[in-house]
Amino acid sequence: MTEVVFYLFALAAVVSAALCILQKNPVSAALWLVSTMFSLAAIYVLLNAQFIAAIQVLVYAGAIMVLFLFVIMLLNLGHAESDIRGPSTVAATLVIVGLLSIELFALLQYTPRRLASEFAQWPTFTDPSTVFVAGQVTQQAGAARGVVGAVAAPLFQVYLIPFEITSILLLVAIVGAVVLAKRKV
Amino acid sequence: MTSLVWLTVALPLLGFLVNGAVSLRRPQAKNLVSWVGVGVLAGAFLVSLGVFTDLWQHPPHQPIIVNLWRWLPVGALQIDMAFQVDQLSTVMLLVVTGVGSLIHLFSVGYMKEDPGYARYFAYLNLFVVFMLVLVLGSSFPVMFIGWEGVGLCSYLLIGFWFNDKVNADAGKKAFIVNRIGDFGFLMAMFMIWNSLGTLTFTGMVAKGPALLAPGSATVTAITLFLFLGCTGKSAQIPLYTWLPDAMAGPTPVSALIHAATMVTAGVYLVIRTNVLFALAPLSSTVVAGIGALTALFAATIGLRQYDIKKVLAYSTVSQLGYMFLGVGTGAYASGLFHLATHAFFKALLFLGAGSVIYAMHHAYHATHSHADAQDMRNMGGLKQYMPLTFWLMAIATLAIAGIPPFSGFFSKDEILAAAFARGETTPIYYVFYGMGLAAALLTAFYMARLMAMTFLGSNRTGEQERSHLHDAPWVMTGPLVVLGVLSAIGGLLSLPPFVGGSAALEHWIEPVTAPASAFFRLEMPHGSTELFLVGAAVLIGVAGLLAGWKATLRRPIPTAADAPAETGLARVVNRKYYVDEIYDAIIVRPVVWLSRMVLWKGVDQGVVDGAAVNGTARFSRGLGWLGSPLQTGQVGVYIVLFLVGALWILHAVAG
Amino acid sequence: MLLGPALGLSAVLFSLGVAGVLLRRNAIVLFMCIELMLNAVNLSFVALAQLHGASGYVMVFFVMTVAAAEAAVGLAIIIGIFRHKQSVDLRNINLLRG
Repeated sequence: MTEVVFYLFALAAVVSAALCILQKNPVSAALWLVSTMFSLAAIYVLLNAQFIAAIQVLVYAGAIMVLFLFVIMLLNLGHAESDIRGPSTVAATLVIVGLLSIELFALLQYTPRRLASEFAQWPTFTDPSTVFVAGQVTQQAGAARGVVGAVAAPLFQVYLIPFEITSILLLVAIVGAVVLAKRKV
Repeated sequence: MTSLVWLTVALPLLGFLVNGAVSLRRPQAKNLVSWVGVGVLAGAFLVSLGVFTDLWQHPPHQPIIVNLWRWLPVGALQIDMAFQVDQLSTVMLLVVTGVGSLIHLFSVGYMKEDPGYARYFAYLNLFVVFMLVLVLGSSFPVMFIGWEGVGLCSYLLIGFWFNDKVNADAGKKAFIVNRIGDFGFLMAMFMIWNSLGTLTFTGMVAKGPALLAPGSATVTAITLFLFLGCTGKSAQIPLYTWLPDAMAGPTPVSALIHAATMVTAGVYLVIRTNVLFALAPLSSTVVAGIGALTALFAATIGLRQYDIKKVLAYSTVSQLGYMFLGVGTGAYASGLFHLATHAFFKALLFLGAGSVIYAMHHAYHATHSHADAQDMRNMGGLKQYMPLTFWLMAIATLAIAGIPPFSGFFSKDEILAAAFARGETTPIYYVFYGMGLAAALLTAFYMARLMAMTFLGSNRTGEQERSHLHDAPWVMTGPLVVLGVLSAIGGLLSLPPFVGGSAALEHWIEPVTAPASAFFRLEMPHGSTELFLVGAAVLIGVAGLLAGWKATLRRPIPTAADAPAETGLARVVNRKYYVDEIYDAIIVRPVVWLSRMVLWKGVDQGVVDGAAVNGTARFSRGLGWLGSPLQTGQVGVYIVLFLVGALWILHAVAG
Repeated sequence: MLLGPALGLSAVLFSLGVAGVLLRRNAIVLFMCIELMLNAVNLSFVALAQLHGASGYVMVFFVMTVAAAEAAVGLAIIIGIFRHKQSVDLRNINLLRG
């Protein structure tokens, strides 16, 4: 059952993304992108990452895309001439994207079973139950403390320093954006 | 004294250094230059006398090698700077230093008023240094140093008055034509090293007969290349054209370099390498043939020249031909004999001509005339004004014409007899004999013509000039007297048996020519044949002299200014059969064209400048231009490249 | 466990994002395509978090934060360029031409 729902939302995401990249109007493109993000949020829920789904909707779709739309309207880019690039670029795109797809799909062979068997061949391998132990720990933590708690523990313990640095990064970004966008420095 | 033979080279070298320094710093110090310049030559002559006396008392069977220092030790090739003292080199030593000293003394008077006095003596001393290295060298490379060095000094001295382009061109011509001969010498050296493994003369004598088959292609090639060098240095056909032009230099230079010493280097070379020439009969015939041909050819040109020095120049070429006829026939001693006697009488003739030109110059200078002081048509009747010069030159004329008992008779007669004798085994030598005899006739004729035009008849110089014509001062006439005596009695060097002599020179040289005698023994004619030949030679000489005298004075001779232009055959002969023009058209112009069109425009400008230098620059620019599309400033292009790179990394890491 | 299909979807979205980046000339739309790529990567992080633990979620957290900062600054730059050139077309942004 989950699979059907998953494929539904996956289809929605792909279609929205395709339409996003092909829209002439930047506003339309932004809205299609929002649609993609909503589909992804639904998929996150299916993947048992509810907290992330909420964050996705709040931050990405709610803040970042709104910012995009603000800028589009500020610059008055509503009227759109076609800005898709010429045939040579289309050809180059097809080539590059084709190669990329091939490359990425080749990586799909790595199913969990294959990963496990590759782990088993490592020289320091001792216990099969230690494979993917982290995932099980997370699920137990999620069952014990709730979805937010499952993320909070590593975030404020193991990854504390990157967390603090990220906050400084955001401060810098705010100041930078304000300075760059001012009329007169 | 033999071990001090290097002094003969060191003294003139010292003279060169001192005179050179004086010429650069204080050119007015002419007295010092005179004493140093002549003094070192006199010293060298005394040392040579000492060496000769040593050898006279104890004639060696093997040459004495005086080793100076190790020069080129290169693996199997060990060449030392060493001098070889043997009978042949001592004779040459005496001739060079003796006649050289006299000419140096003459130059003191002749060049007295020249501003380049010190430079002149520096070059002259340097020339003697190189000539002695050539003559004394114990191996081919050392001899080659002298060979090239005398060529250099010849260039420096011919173009001594270089401000006049004609003189500079003459110097260049001499050097370049000599260089062609040097190529032959070098090739011969390479082949000798290749086949014999040694470059010393003693080594050549030891290994030559063993390693070279008689008449083989190798030894013939070696000797022909050596002879090519000789034709260049000793002005034989085809490389003789530089010698008449070399008369542009001062007259004592013509006397020393182009009569007595440098041009005889070729003859010396053939005598030195007699073992090789004896092993190659074909080459010897070529040598004799070219010698005979040159003798006759040059003599014909001398018949119609009006410049007194040009007549003597062609005479020199002709007499050198005689020497080569002699050594080609195998009569090495006769060739050497004629070399020595020719040095005496030709130097005398040139120095005498120098005295005449000196007097004519002064005469024209006093009257501010621009007539040519060297043209015989402007002379005439000088006997009454310059009697001593006349009589001395007359002695030389008789000698060169081969009139007994003067020196030239003995030497020339020996060569002709040798050619005739060789004709028994190789008939072509009869032809050479005939050519030599004809050349003797012409020699007597043009020498008599020269004497008649210059000294006899009525004077054509001009009324006012006559008062300025007189004999040269004693510093110049003194050497003439000494040379006159030598020309007269020089025959004593090697009197033939039929007048009771002992052929002294021939016996003296025997240890040096012995290697050749092992292969070929020349039988000189005896008895009635010999007397017949002698008689024929004398008769020819006398006839030539009389004919020349009478023919020249038959009609009054116009002065150079009034003379009508030459026509017909006379004109062709006067213009030396246009040989220079032919060489110019066939050789010089194509070479100049080649170097200008192909080598300069084609190779240098096109390939080296165009392709290599500019081409590299253009190539780099092109590469840069090819790379410039990478930096368009277009963000879109940058994105594409960025993604291509990312894709690549992904493939490298994960694929 | 939806690992396979999720990763496949992630690949597709990423490829679409790359195509968009290559094809569009409008700088703002280009940015949006870059956001699309970031979303695809987020999806694969989340999918793998089931195997490798909460560090996957933490990565997604940080990616989103940084994406926000980057979007802010990038759009500020685009505004600056627009003031200069009156256009956000990539063809006109070529002052770095060499």
